[in-house]
Amino acid sequence: MTTLQTVFEKARAENRSALVGYLPAGFPSKDGAVAAATAMVEAGCDVIEIGLPYSDPLMDGPTIQDAVHRSLTNGTRIGDVMRTVEGVAKSGAATLVMTYWNPVDRYGAERFARELASAGGTGTITPDLTPEESEPWLAASKEAGIDTVFLVAPSSPDARISRVVSCCTGFVYAASLMGVTGARESVGAAAEGVVKRTRSHTSLPVCVGLGVGNGRQAAEVAAYADGVIVGSAFIRRLLDAPDEKTGLAAVRELADELARGVRR
Amino acid sequence: MTDSVHRGEHLTGAEGVLITPADLAGGGVRGDDPDLRGKFGVFGGRYVPEALIPALDEVAAEYEKAKTDLGFIREFDHLLRTYAGRPTTLTEVPRFAERAGGARILLKREDLTHTGAHKINNVLGQALLTKRLGKTRVIAETGAGQHGVATATAAALLGLECVIYMGAVDCERQALNVARMKLLGATVVPVTNGSQTLKDAINEAFRDWVTNVDHTHYLFGTVAGPHPFPEIVRDFARIIGVEARRQVLELIGRLPDAVAAAVGGGSNAIGIFHAFLDDEGVQLHGYEAGGRGAEPGEHALTLTQGTIGVLHGSRTYVLQDEEGQTIESHSISAGLDYPGVGPEHAWLKDSGRAVYHGVTDAEAMEAFSLLARTEGIIPAIESSHALAGALKLGRELGPDAVILVNLSGRGDKDMGTAMKYFNL
Repeated sequence: MTTLQTVFEKARAENRSALVGYLPAGFPSKDGAVAAATAMVEAGCDVIEIGLPYSDPLMDGPTIQDAVHRSLTNGTRIGDVMRTVEGVAKSGAATLVMTYWNPVDRYGAERFARELASAGGTGTITPDLTPEESEPWLAASKEAGIDTVFLVAPSSPDARISRVVSCCTGFVYAASLMGVTGARESVGAAAEGVVKRTRSHTSLPVCVGLGVGNGRQAAEVAAYADGVIVGSAFIRRLLDAPDEKTGLAAVRELADELARGVRR
Repeated sequence: MTDSVHRGEHLTGAEGVLITPADLAGGGVRGDDPDLRGKFGVFGGRYVPEALIPALDEVAAEYEKAKTDLGFIREFDHLLRTYAGRPTTLTEVPRFAERAGGARILLKREDLTHTGAHKINNVLGQALLTKRLGKTRVIAETGAGQHGVATATAAALLGLECVIYMGAVDCERQALNVARMKLLGATVVPVTNGSQTLKDAINEAFRDWVTNVDHTHYLFGTVAGPHPFPEIVRDFARIIGVEARRQVLELIGRLPDAVAAAVGGGSNAIGIFHAFLDDEGVQLHGYEAGGRGAEPGEHALTLTQGTIGVLHGSRTYVLQDEEGQTIESHSISAGLDYPGVGPEHAWLKDSGRAVYHGVTDAEAMEAFSLLARTEGIIPAIESSHALAGALKLGRELGPDAVILVNLSGRGDKDMGTAMKYFNL
């Protein structure tokens, strides 16, 4: 299993930022997600986040909502998410699960952490779990030996950042702007500031997500962040493709462009 | 909670609305307030994107100041009296109660408020709070359209920009309310993702809020959601019970044996229950939408059939499958068609202080028509669930019982549904 620590050490040694790609499990199909993520890794993604499809994704914009809805309609269950992680981890990328809290809570925190670890997952990103409510998950993750990534935002005051990073292992996810997921014309101007402020509270790598969709933006963010996170732009390629094969090629092409971006 | 001074009892008008002198002396903290993390026992809390935490903190801090500020309290009270039409009256309904085993039934007439439902109490309070926060725009979710209409009304009154998120299915079911909101100057955004009902409207409102939080207040419509909404909405709605308790004492010289209210998200029920929490002899009964039957997807029996989970930022009872996916609810009344419920109700259920039951679509519609024919009052279908519950409760409690029912809204908005249901 590739750890996040290995990933960031390697990227640092190569004097570049890490590239993190997101896809929901079960999209465009159960096998299609593994194939697409594997293509992303082959073209240069260092880390893959597998989204756990949830009925009420209140942090996600229309692109991810659409993909997640299709995945749920296809009958994706937590077992499928674990199998997706297992398949993707074989590609050599550090593989995380990004999930809203309720599915983990309902499934059982310890059971979820244990199954994720044995599938080869390196950790989770939990966008709606606040430090105040995180204790059961931190305990279960520690027991299973997986990382816990939480989010900071441009609106987070320093005291909040300090509190959030104390729950993080692996890296810290900095939201580049105030808003939901989705590619945008430009990455938020607030992103660099939130990264800087986060660094004053932690030595963990800081990765930037929300709004990054092309090589130019990846290069821009890579200038100040340890990692660049891209989700909706990959999904958009898959949604717009007439078939999975074309989609796969488009995803590979985008990953290649982004990988060159983080190396600029 | 052991305090023998009943909240609000010794004050009239403004000071009794949010808080009592005893509360003020205690720094504004009541025994049954949520703790600092916003928890009612294990329920409540905050499960939201970190980006929203500062805004929730800001709302909570401003509300803490406002609720002990007599200037704010008087302004709120002034609007309640001169604009919303408070105090609302208490009506005894003997012809209706003939079907309740002889028990006396008293209706708290929230249907007589401006805009026709209890929702006006909360929106006036939160709209004033929005001004205090220095924000110029409010957003809100709505199911039946009542909270949307109330929010649009308060926004028009106080000069705030207003955007209402409403499930596309609900927009169709409640076309009249969509027109009302537009006439009041609000923008109505039909939500076309997910089940296209209330829960999806809430998701969309949260997405707007996280994007526009610097100048926008999310005027949440019920006692659910992340802390501090369950506490704020409850406090702005508790005038219902404060008034009703005093009115019942004046009318019959004692407290009622039971209080009945419909429960969707739970704001009208908390509003009338809250003043009675310390009155151990008063039973509290909440009635959820039993819909078409007990099968998943056919009802909104969150407290009676749901399991503990997290929905819309709060730990509470939820209709969900074994992997935490929300199960869509059903009710003939859009206002009860919600797969979650306020955390304080979850706490009242688990502590045994309140009891919750289901009332089917058919039972509610029967009570709807019965009240119209026997008393000349057309209730909201939401409130008809409480009326149906009171009929059953009366037969259980016997002829000496007095039951107070929250008639939370009027039925004009439901005429389309009634025409179809009764072939009118």
